[in-house]
Amino acid sequence: MAKLAASGLLSVVVLTSRDPLVLGTVLAACLAAAPFFGVGPKAFMQRIWPVLVACAGIVITLALFSADRGGTTLLHFGPFLVTTSVLWASLSLALRLLSLAVPAILVFASTDPTDLADSLIQHAKAPARFAIGALAAFRLLELFREEWGMISMARRARGVQRGFARTAFVLFVGAIRRGVRLSVAMDARGFDSGLPRTVARPQRFGAADAGLILGAAVLAVFAFSLGTR
Amino acid sequence: MSNLRWRTVDIVVASIIAVAFGVVFWAWTLLWTGPFAVAFNFFPPAAGIINGVWFMPAVLAPLILRKPGAALFTETVASVISAILGSVWGWLVLGYGLLQGLGGELAFGAFGFRRFGVPQAMLAGALAGTAATVLDIVANPYGVGDWRASWQIAYGACQIASGAVIAGLGAFLLTNGLAGTGVLDRFPAGRARQAV
Amino acid sequence: MIQLNGYGWRHAGRRAWAVRGVDLHIDAGERVLLLGPSGAGKSTLLAAVAGLLPSDSGESEGELDVDGRAGVVFQDPQSQLVMSRAGDEVAFGLENLAWPRERIWPRVEEALARVGFGYPLDRRTSELSGGEQQRLVLAGALAPRPDLLLLDEPTANLDPAGGELVRRALSSVPTMVLVEHRIERFLDLITRVVVLSPGGGVRFDGQPSVLTGRLGAQLAAEGVWVPGHPMPHRPAAGEPGETLAAYKDVAVRRGEALVVTGPNGSGKTSLALTLGGLRAPLQAGVVVTAWGDRPHRWRPKVLARRIGSVFQNPEHQFVTSSVRSELELGGTPVARVTELLVRLRLEHLAAANPFTLSGGEARRLSVATALASRPALLILDEPTFGQDRRTWVELVDLLASLRDEGHGILAMTHDPEVVHALADRTVAL
Repeated sequence: MAKLAASGLLSVVVLTSRDPLVLGTVLAACLAAAPFFGVGPKAFMQRIWPVLVACAGIVITLALFSADRGGTTLLHFGPFLVTTSVLWASLSLALRLLSLAVPAILVFASTDPTDLADSLIQHAKAPARFAIGALAAFRLLELFREEWGMISMARRARGVQRGFARTAFVLFVGAIRRGVRLSVAMDARGFDSGLPRTVARPQRFGAADAGLILGAAVLAVFAFSLGTR
Repeated sequence: MSNLRWRTVDIVVASIIAVAFGVVFWAWTLLWTGPFAVAFNFFPPAAGIINGVWFMPAVLAPLILRKPGAALFTETVASVISAILGSVWGWLVLGYGLLQGLGGELAFGAFGFRRFGVPQAMLAGALAGTAATVLDIVANPYGVGDWRASWQIAYGACQIASGAVIAGLGAFLLTNGLAGTGVLDRFPAGRARQAV
Repeated sequence: MIQLNGYGWRHAGRRAWAVRGVDLHIDAGERVLLLGPSGAGKSTLLAAVAGLLPSDSGESEGELDVDGRAGVVFQDPQSQLVMSRAGDEVAFGLENLAWPRERIWPRVEEALARVGFGYPLDRRTSELSGGEQQRLVLAGALAPRPDLLLLDEPTANLDPAGGELVRRALSSVPTMVLVEHRIERFLDLITRVVVLSPGGGVRFDGQPSVLTGRLGAQLAAEGVWVPGHPMPHRPAAGEPGETLAAYKDVAVRRGEALVVTGPNGSGKTSLALTLGGLRAPLQAGVVVTAWGDRPHRWRPKVLARRIGSVFQNPEHQFVTSSVRSELELGGTPVARVTELLVRLRLEHLAAANPFTLSGGEARRLSVATALASRPALLILDEPTFGQDRRTWVELVDLLASLRDEGHGILAMTHDPEVVHALADRTVAL
């Protein structure tokens, strides 16, 4: 829970600023802190590679297609003109995206979904039925990928080219059907009984957590002050 | 008029819609920043025209569940899921989710949560699109706020239209398709099926 | 404990009553087997006793009185597991019933030990086998100390080893009502048998030993897997012809039924996909067929004309919104469509949406669509999964006659009856 608040704070800073120095500080701090949260480089890369790809995409497209002609020319081939100012603008946009994404990714790469749901219920007073219901649906997510592959192959076996929309539809139907059955099973175990639920896994909000939020706040202020100078 | 309380099956199915679209959102942001950006470079504001998918949960959930809160819950959870998977926007998507969901709620709420037809669906999509446009300009993750006013208006118009058609009409058709398969039998949307 | 007087239920939107006029009385300590052909309303009755039929989903008549709390186990573990860790899963039910925390975890350990679950509490549920998952579900159902246990085909999705795990876990349950198709392994746990008739009430209520007599024969004809009624044996009528497809040491020939066996997880599905040209081989090796090599490179239309694949989950293969158009897909001539509809008893469902079909009907449609383009080779992954006896016999008969007409049949299954009834050759993985 503390992690959520901390990264939320940092995000606010990022949003309100476009100065690379500010953004870079936040980013660097997050990257440095990653191992402390149990997010090793490999796990981190797994989560971040799409973001990196996207950022690279942005840099390339903006740099290549921008109408801005200011600054010194770096590359000139065909109709494409890359200048320093264009490069600078696209890089800073990419940096902004990266520093927006990283705090959130850190939180979710280092947190178990069940613990997150528990924490939301116990600390943020989220309604238990909704949080657990969402958690149960999230568990089904893992199955989707395999199902997608099976459905694609099944369509091929029927002599049909795999169509995205059709495959998605079948997956969706299967998911809803499973969800309906799951809710019946949950009701059978007393989920809808109206009794106030007890908590099997109490989530502690201790000194370390408070410290994290404080640390994030300090970092936020610090980074912000760098920018306004 | 259905009971206002959410049953377990309402919560779980809304969550499933949210999770499914969370994945779509996550994948969409990747495409958006790469191929799409190139494709729309001739006139960037036109990019708004494909964004309707982002508002679908806010329309689909109320159409299926027919309960207040469906749009808000589902759209918000979907955006959270996309953040969990590694969205480029980080925490910002949560803001989008909340406001887009709110747009959906307003649309159906304006009819007292009693009517769930095409006009309501399209209005919900349009309102969600409006919310997104406002956020695009104000919070400015992609530089939309830097554009000149005429571009911003064009963008907004495209996005709102996309919301009405793709999200609104699309969600309506999707609901009908799902109802035909029988999976919605526990919901009002599916009960209109013929007696077998 | 359970008392039903003239109880009936009709699902919303249906014209026929699922159950009607049921009179039943079950006491503590009884272990009841609920039997009846498909469509007799067994699942509905179980759901009613469990209190899982919401009043807005249908109408009821008569009286239903259940004294005590019931735990329920359904057939698909993936649709019952809520949490991603095993211990949390069992604790879920206890949390719902407001058990104080200090009593939850000891009870979780107790329940897991009782069903013989051998893994630690933080074991990922997605990493368990089907049988282990069902055991976990059972532990979750038993943890809050219910007064009785209701089970709706708990072993239908499991291979024999998994089914055995569940059976052993059930041996210590004092009061239960069990619905199952494959009843043989449960017979020594049962104290009483109740037979339902479709849309009606209780047809028979008494000792398990009656199943060996005339009633048993009747039930077997209607689709119940009564032990002591052997399955038909359908050996090949002629000699096998050319090899249709081969990969490594598995080869299927024309006019032959090859059955590949092995427990879940041994790679049967993977082999089916590889030989079916749906996936490139995972290991080194090339798939050789009568029409050329590397079927995974062929275009889908070409593939469908040569090799037909029937998947474990029929719904994965449905493409259109009506049974008829499913068969017409790919330009099947009208005469052929009609022929298939008749042969697989689907005519009355021609206009129905494929997703609304029951398990047996969906399976038949799946086979029909695979046959539409007249492929020489037919590959089936677990074709008899969860089928009642009648559909099972039909399917085996159909496969046998296809084989005798000159098709090649490849079936992956963990069902030993299929091996016995159909196989000309077997390969064990």
